[in-house]
Amino acid sequence: MIFFWAFVVGGIICVIGQLMMDGLKLTPAHTTSTLVVVGAILDGLGLYEPLIKFAGAGATVPITSFGNALVHGAMMEANKYGLVGVITGIFEVTSAGISAAIIFGFLAALLFKPRG
Amino acid sequence: MLKETRKKLTPVQQEYHQFVKGREPKRPILKNCLCAFFIGGAICLLGQLISTFYIHFFGFNEKTAGDPTVATLIFISVLLTGFGVYDHIAQVAGAGTIIPVTGFANAISSAAIEHRSEGYVLGVGGNMFKLAGSVIVFGVFSAFVISTIKVIIKSLGGF
Repeated sequence: MIFFWAFVVGGIICVIGQLMMDGLKLTPAHTTSTLVVVGAILDGLGLYEPLIKFAGAGATVPITSFGNALVHGAMMEANKYGLVGVITGIFEVTSAGISAAIIFGFLAALLFKPRG
Repeated sequence: MLKETRKKLTPVQQEYHQFVKGREPKRPILKNCLCAFFIGGAICLLGQLISTFYIHFFGFNEKTAGDPTVATLIFISVLLTGFGVYDHIAQVAGAGTIIPVTGFANAISSAAIEHRSEGYVLGVGGNMFKLAGSVIVFGVFSAFVISTIKVIIKSLGGF
């Protein structure tokens, strides 16, 4: 069942993005930035975690989960060290995504030549 | 165009603006949304399959499986970008390929590949986050504000 909901919820988040791009005429960069902020706010209100439980990868794969993970890491450290923890913990959970993107991106630049 | 900037235009420019608006092809919003839904949904479904794979064969649990799943999707996306396949999918899928993390990885790797001719330090290193940087900046700053508010509320005895 989780596969079905992953598909549907992930699809709906993408449709929201598409509507922002087509309806509000935002650029892709504006759309993704807005959705990251929305994800962060949803986690601040405690609403994103239930969505992940319900939809699995449907909630963790879209970029909104990046905002969610940033708040999550910051709050994890903040619970231990207070306000300083917000700064030290902000990348704690998202490390996998950012480091993978940098490492694979750099390797791609070494291996592939630009086309067109 | 924003309303304030439109006011500053001369009458001829405004007329031209109206003319362009009439000629602009209508965006097929419904079709775009359907494409975004199915391709975006398919990417998330693939993510769910990968995460189930990690849970069953590598001993991750449902919470920790998210990280390797995202990393794997990023790897696939970078590979597809390098071979020039991702752009073809993106043309059809629109937001369906931009909103998932694969779009983030595509933005980073395509910028890195594109600026390779300017050298590895100034080209690849300097331009890698040209497109994806805004996501990180706004994400980190909003997360900082929200966490700070939460910490302050907590220390005041709420929640």
